[in-house]
Amino acid sequence: MSEAAYQVEHATRSSRIGVVIIAVALVVLAAAPLWGDRQMLRLLAELFTFVALASLWNLLAGYAGLVSVGQQAYVGLGAYLLFGMVIVGGVHPIAAIFIAGPIAAIISIPVAALTFRLRGAYFAIGTWVVAEVFRLLASQISVLGGGSGISLPASIIVAMAPSRQAREFELYWLALGLTVLVLTAIITLLRSRHGLALTAIRDNELAAQSNGIDVTRLKLLVYVLTAFGTAMIGALIFLMKLRVSPDTAFSVNDWTAFVIFITVIGGIGRIEGPIIGTIIFFFMRQTLADLGSLYLLIMGAVAIVVMLWAPKGLWGLIAERFGWQALPLQRHLVSIPKDNP
Amino acid sequence: MPEPLLGVNGIDVYYGDFQALFGVSLRVEAGQVVAVIGANGAGKSTLLRSIAGLMHPRRGDIAFDGAPSGHAAAFDVVKRGIALVPEGRRLFPSLTVEENLKIGAQSGRTGPWSLERIYKLFPVLAERKHLPATALSGGQQQMAAIGRALMSNPKLLLCDEISLGLAPIIVRDIYAQLPAIVGDGMSLIIVEQDIAQALKAAAQVYCLQEGRIALQGPAQTLTREAISAAYFGV
Amino acid sequence: MTEWLNIILQGVLVGGLYAMFAAGLSLIFGVMRLVNIAHGDLIVLAAYIALTVTDTLGIGPLTSLILVVPAMAIIGYALQRLLLNRTLGDDILPPLLVTFGLSIIIQNGLLEVFTADSRKLQAGAVEIMTYQVSSGIWVGLLPFIQFIVAIVVIAALQILFYRTALGRAFRATSDDQAVAQLMGLDTRHVFAMAMALSLAVIAVAGVFLAVRANFDPAIGPARLIFGFEAVIIGGLGSMWGTLAGGIILGVSQAIGAQINPGWQLLAGHIVFLAILAFRPQGLFPKVSG
Repeated sequence: MSEAAYQVEHATRSSRIGVVIIAVALVVLAAAPLWGDRQMLRLLAELFTFVALASLWNLLAGYAGLVSVGQQAYVGLGAYLLFGMVIVGGVHPIAAIFIAGPIAAIISIPVAALTFRLRGAYFAIGTWVVAEVFRLLASQISVLGGGSGISLPASIIVAMAPSRQAREFELYWLALGLTVLVLTAIITLLRSRHGLALTAIRDNELAAQSNGIDVTRLKLLVYVLTAFGTAMIGALIFLMKLRVSPDTAFSVNDWTAFVIFITVIGGIGRIEGPIIGTIIFFFMRQTLADLGSLYLLIMGAVAIVVMLWAPKGLWGLIAERFGWQALPLQRHLVSIPKDNP
Repeated sequence: MPEPLLGVNGIDVYYGDFQALFGVSLRVEAGQVVAVIGANGAGKSTLLRSIAGLMHPRRGDIAFDGAPSGHAAAFDVVKRGIALVPEGRRLFPSLTVEENLKIGAQSGRTGPWSLERIYKLFPVLAERKHLPATALSGGQQQMAAIGRALMSNPKLLLCDEISLGLAPIIVRDIYAQLPAIVGDGMSLIIVEQDIAQALKAAAQVYCLQEGRIALQGPAQTLTREAISAAYFGV
Repeated sequence: MTEWLNIILQGVLVGGLYAMFAAGLSLIFGVMRLVNIAHGDLIVLAAYIALTVTDTLGIGPLTSLILVVPAMAIIGYALQRLLLNRTLGDDILPPLLVTFGLSIIIQNGLLEVFTADSRKLQAGAVEIMTYQVSSGIWVGLLPFIQFIVAIVVIAALQILFYRTALGRAFRATSDDQAVAQLMGLDTRHVFAMAMALSLAVIAVAGVFLAVRANFDPAIGPARLIFGFEAVIIGGLGSMWGTLAGGIILGVSQAIGAQINPGWQLLAGHIVFLAILAFRPQGLFPKVSG
């Protein structure tokens, strides 16, 4: 009688197709400076940063169950760390992005220590309070413009690259690269045993805990990693904007409301969700652009409708209907006959 | 043959995808005491919850007092005259003993039962009426839960495992009050694991085994062997 | 010295307003474990409803309460019955995200209708009247009235919760929804009544806010945060604790503002974070039974 061995496989037929499509898309996007104009590059870069922010928020809320409405704290923190390092410390802007990440991660630890004392929706509001504190503190920093903010000095901008076009290409590839980095890190985490633990926590926290999973430590890990990523993206966003102010850097609307809407509409708790959601969001923005505050109102209404009647989001609907996944993240057992090498 | 007060006809009840009751039928006449016995997990509580409107059968129907009742919401069912003493008592911890009794009358039905009469039936509750419900002993909580259900002046009282977790002497005391409880012509379904008490109190017995009625009949005519066989499915 | 006493007194009085912000919030959380992110924006909505009522009918703000309170209560009942009841359940995500969406909708809806202009309600002479408590210490009549009303509202809520059938229904439903239904309580209706009550309290808070200071569509979230901080400082589950929390917050902000005008809000947040760090259950938590 031959014994069968088992191993865990992640890929499915649809995910194999998905990986190919994504690989092709990445090549096309990397070549964008060749086929796209300046406006297109800016739009795409903005889209990438939102994909990254939404994916990070999705990791925090959809997988670790930590619903934060205060991630703007780290967007702004990253931005201010960058401007501070560049203007006051003379650090190269791109290096500053990668230094902002670890610093934000360290700051996020005491923040977590405080906010983790709150549960559920009270935790959410607690994160908002922290973001407000960061905003108020930022407006007290006079060397960075206090309440009105500050622009990046022209000398530093010029020093970034030989020409304006080169600088724009540089920032575009940075945006693409950083987003791919963030997504790769998230996927790696989800495919690891931590990822398995996260899915367990998401499904039933109490059961996960009684199975020996250290829920608090895992949540802390995810919170710190998310802060790390969010701060780097925040630094990049404001490097691209060339100007920072407390109200823009710590804006709830820009960095939390949109991010939440993107993730909910795209599909919370699935990695493809934020990507789909960002595409929908940008499409809606192009079509509804001149409606001003009505646009936000419509987004809010759509998010409510989706949350109530399609809580798994658009990708959730598609994935469940057709059993698709774009990326190899499932786990299923495959038996391997013993005589195979 | 006159319409029974309660007629349960071939109900299938599910928890999600899991089927708990298979074609269960049962009748209770006015003023009759019926016992439902069975092992743990046989479906006894599910049956009572379905009659009380907390769950709804996927197939089959329930008729009470001449009207269909299988799909009525629980808060409507109690207004029509069915009251459930839930398994595990489940008094409201934020309420005092008296408040627990008073809220039993929320449905607004009139009848012989009132706060004074409950206190006469269970004097120990009167002594503790302003204490939080959690301060009562197990037996006292059971009395309070029964009293709370009686406050809605039901025509049919459902008692889910009132002996659970109580010392035998307490169980005996509570069952001793049963005649006073049903004296005015109230019907009663008792779900019990304590078969001896159930058979003593009831006129008609149903035995559930894995979601199906395995045995039914007048209490006196059922033999010990028949009950064991039906109970355990041997 | 008297300058500091005055400042602390002002802080205490504004604390009453914060306690009212908090009361509606903790009521809803107590009954149905729901935190309404749109809470602050509903306060602002009440202010704008009061504005509309006073403008069209020419009555004073305090008189307008007669219309604003029932209007908000009806809105609350409908909101819960039609929308928020669908979000209740074990998952915390739906109520949070739906009320967040609601917050955005209310803010932007008000922006569309009323523009971002700062508004204020005029209450007439009562706004400038002051009363001298002792030498050098003055109390504004309006803030004093607001404080007394806050205490009355909280006392009324306590009586309602612990001495009436409706309060019994609230507590029972919050304890055990299924068994509450066995008592004949339609829990959908109970929840809607709780929300109606919360919005009635919000209506009073909104009108007082509108009279006291300038308001515009964007100030909602800050009111939510003040209410929330008052609840956490005071301790979950205790209405009077919430009053204490509001007062402590008001006094902290007043002291902060006196030291440096830019530190007003920061002072409040820091006290909140300190309580969270050193006494997370709050100063006067209700001992759970």
